[in-house]
Amino acid sequence: MIQINNLMKIYGNTPALEGISFKVEKGEIVGFLGPNGAGKSTTLNILTGYLSSTSGSASVGGIDIYEFPDEAKKLIGYLPEQPPLYQDMKVSEYLNFVYEIKKCRLNRKKHLEEIMQVTKIHDVKNRLIGNLSKGYKQRVGIAQALVGNPPVIILDEPTVGLDPKQIIEIRNLIRNLGRTHTVILSSHILSEVQSVCDRIVIISEGRIVADEKTENLTRMTEDGSDYIAKICGPSREVAKTVREMNGVIFADPTGEREGDAYLFRIRSESGVDIRKPLFNLLAENGWPLVGLESVSLNLEDVFVRITDSDSRARARRKA
Amino acid sequence: MFAVYKKELRSYFTTPLGYIFCAVYLAVSGFMLSLFTVHSGSVDVSSYFSLMIYLNIILIPIITMKSFAEERKLKTEQLLVTSPVSVSSVVTAKFLASYTIYALSLLVSCLYILGLQSYGTINAPKTYGCIFAMLLVGMSFVAVGIFISSLTENIVTAAVGTMGTLLLMAFASVLNSRIDIYIVRQILSWVSVYSRYQYFTYGLFDVSAALYYVSITVVFLFLAVRVHDRRRWA
Repeated sequence: MIQINNLMKIYGNTPALEGISFKVEKGEIVGFLGPNGAGKSTTLNILTGYLSSTSGSASVGGIDIYEFPDEAKKLIGYLPEQPPLYQDMKVSEYLNFVYEIKKCRLNRKKHLEEIMQVTKIHDVKNRLIGNLSKGYKQRVGIAQALVGNPPVIILDEPTVGLDPKQIIEIRNLIRNLGRTHTVILSSHILSEVQSVCDRIVIISEGRIVADEKTENLTRMTEDGSDYIAKICGPSREVAKTVREMNGVIFADPTGEREGDAYLFRIRSESGVDIRKPLFNLLAENGWPLVGLESVSLNLEDVFVRITDSDSRARARRKA
Repeated sequence: MFAVYKKELRSYFTTPLGYIFCAVYLAVSGFMLSLFTVHSGSVDVSSYFSLMIYLNIILIPIITMKSFAEERKLKTEQLLVTSPVSVSSVVTAKFLASYTIYALSLLVSCLYILGLQSYGTINAPKTYGCIFAMLLVGMSFVAVGIFISSLTENIVTAAVGTMGTLLLMAFASVLNSRIDIYIVRQILSWVSVYSRYQYFTYGLFDVSAALYYVSITVVFLFLAVRVHDRRRWA
């Protein structure tokens, strides 16, 4: 449905994208993940025809966005990072305007009514957009993307700045959209894309560093977990002893303490469960283990992992 | 294109901007008309219209300043650009909306002239010529305003920039007589809006002047389209 080939974008002398390629099949929900400034919005802006690329191509439904922009744009509903809302319009006026500029042919009243039902903005349809709360504005932005029932929906960080309840609502909405549409969702929050998307594309500094099914990525983040352990004992010796254990990558005091227990961050190799041996080892030394919790990896950790394994694989190939 | 035109026109009257423009235009033009005719005992409107050009320099930037600058600032241009409408039709729609406001105010202000009939006979061809000229001059001014608004995302910059450019265009003929460099004189005479206006005030229909105003309009609207394309490809 969407195909991006070797996309490059250079702003002046600063490269923003350094050759991005990926494909999205019909009906997929794809998460586009990366830290701020990685090039997510640039990619989406190119894909929707807002920006041009320096080189490379992008097509939607087999239609090239440069060669047939009007046809390609008809297939896309786009919610940019900042929802493009006219503050001095009422919600219903705004949706009517969008309906007209998208040259929609569906039954206007019924179609807009449906969209307002789906995005739950029915009760604010006669209010000025400028007076709405952030959550409602975001939903009006999503409603705008749905006008014309385009097969592809592109959402750029749709949950930024919303409260937890609204985030859950928007996620459910996106999940429902995924049943009937192809969706690209960008975010810098790993758990968000994990909970919604079938596939995750991770981008960093203008390059794709991973393109995986969500299950695979989840496995990657789960095996070889990090732990925070609270151990009563001399901190330096404890760290040294734990480090010598089989399967431990590192064990460092975090510098914090709780009562007479020191906190350590311990990372194990993937596939090795160090919890029981750790307990035994500490018991042998007479250092009570008073707490052990596993830490779920955040985006940064995943990056480190992926780039680590990437460079390790490269080193192995060289050897 | 019609959707954007409608939206623009609506936005003038859902914010105070359109009302302020119309009110100030009608108040000032009424005041000046009475000053130049009733109070000076004449029914000749040509000097009144010559002065109205300067009012346009101050007021037209007010209606054009928002057109693209605000869309850029609020990022709503992203909606327009990613919709299946061409940039040129958006530019045209915005131009037509601003021009509609201007032309309406001008035509309403011309009703004042009817009131003068009780004081004497009005030279009809001369008056029509002046009104027609004002429509043409306003058209090119609005196009300049739209172009400058597309250069910035700050509406104050857009307004002041437009005023400056229009002033230069109005005074170009004065400057022209003071400068001896051939190329500068050529350029100044090309942008000199004021000098071409004179024939209309004699009640003559000057085709070349009319074409001049239309081409100024087209050139600046074309430049506004180019600004958008350039930004996209930058």
